[in-house]
Amino acid sequence: MKDFIQVLTRDLKVALRRWSELCNPLIFFLIVASLFPLAISPEASDLKRVGTGVLWISALLSSLLALDGLFRDDAEDGSMEQLILSPVPLTIVITAKMLAHWLITGLPLVVIAPVVALSYYMPLDTLTTLILALVLATPTLSVLGAIGAALTVGLRRGGPIVGLLVLPLTGPVLIFGTRATDLAVQGESAAGPLYLLGALLALAIALGPLATSAAIRVSLE
Amino acid sequence: MYLRWFHKLSSPPYFYRLASILSPWLSGLSIALIAAGTYGGLVLAPPDYLQGDGFRMIYVHVPSAYLGMMAYVVMAMAAAVGFIWRIKLAHAVAVSAAPLGASFTLLGLVTGAIWGKPMWGTFWQWSDARLVFFLMLFFLYMGYLALRGVTEDRDKADRLSAVLAVVGVINIPIIHYSVEWWTTLHQGPTITRLDGPSITMDMLVPLLVMIAGFSFFFVWLLFVRLRGEILVREQKSRWAQELMQRSRV
Repeated sequence: MKDFIQVLTRDLKVALRRWSELCNPLIFFLIVASLFPLAISPEASDLKRVGTGVLWISALLSSLLALDGLFRDDAEDGSMEQLILSPVPLTIVITAKMLAHWLITGLPLVVIAPVVALSYYMPLDTLTTLILALVLATPTLSVLGAIGAALTVGLRRGGPIVGLLVLPLTGPVLIFGTRATDLAVQGESAAGPLYLLGALLALAIALGPLATSAAIRVSLE
Repeated sequence: MYLRWFHKLSSPPYFYRLASILSPWLSGLSIALIAAGTYGGLVLAPPDYLQGDGFRMIYVHVPSAYLGMMAYVVMAMAAAVGFIWRIKLAHAVAVSAAPLGASFTLLGLVTGAIWGKPMWGTFWQWSDARLVFFLMLFFLYMGYLALRGVTEDRDKADRLSAVLAVVGVINIPIIHYSVEWWTTLHQGPTITRLDGPSITMDMLVPLLVMIAGFSFFFVWLLFVRLRGEILVREQKSRWAQELMQRSRV
């Protein structure tokens, strides 16, 4: 537990000292979300209908953007190798790094998404469901993304294909996330899809670090 | 006893010879079964009371979709075996299965679209979960092949893609149960039901023959690809060089 917190605080400190990189995914999220009305139609009725989908796709794409830095810097300056060699189980280190990554990129998204949702004319009382769904879904996306980042960290030309590896796996998250927000917009209970999002998160947390650390070991040898 | 046989099986020269001996049998068996299944499906099976002759697409669609998923399971299991026990031959199996699985998946998607147009009135339906996840399966194959494509070192490519293949297995049960979880256009299970298949024997038997034929076809192609893959991987070893020398004469 002590090691977990140490890795976590170290990663947070490193991230907070690079403000510009920290903001990139967030600004990307806002840009994508504000381009959709230009591409579809600025009509309130249209925006209301596509709002949830836009939010979820923007969140997905911006979570991809931050992935490259997740392990690459540590791998290049050699600190990742030290972490592999250290007696601390690698899965604990990886889980701490995932949590740090989520706190840096996922959490701001959860905070800012309701503002975007309001601009898409989504009813005020659906926002709690939206926030809940995002809180449950974005960590799963972080875990999936970490697997992709770990698979490509050792490759010179790896960066661009992370999306190809990760996006096919995000289908269920997207389905249940949109379903929850849709149900809330229609004024029905969104408990079912939210439970399923929670189940996916539990599965991701349980198995994701194993896959990620296996991939990291192979990538860096 | 079995362990020793298994150990022997993982030796490339032994497996290469075994695959060479089995290949003609597999090809004959698959051609015979597919021919019999085609005759049974197109001529012997009665027309469907609802879909008429249109239902006969099932004899291509179901076997290819089944093998699209089965090939992924084979690939992931081989990849896991290769990753855990570091058996090189298992990695070769996974690599050889991937393009075949991708092709069967594509065939399943295309035949499904052709079948869907007259029966459902549409080539594609986004609200049908099975279609969407089956498409994701195709993308998973593509991601697997892309990851191998950008990894220069073969040993590294083997083990990295193995991790990806195993992670992607989660998609298979989702596809399998999607017709029960989300009831949309796709019909529910018709063959594997507790109360027996909900399809008449005249239609079922050609389908099963066809599935068996496609399966043997898959194993045959797998062995063909595998022999090439083994030779490429073993090009520096003496038995492979001797074999190449002999076949050149």
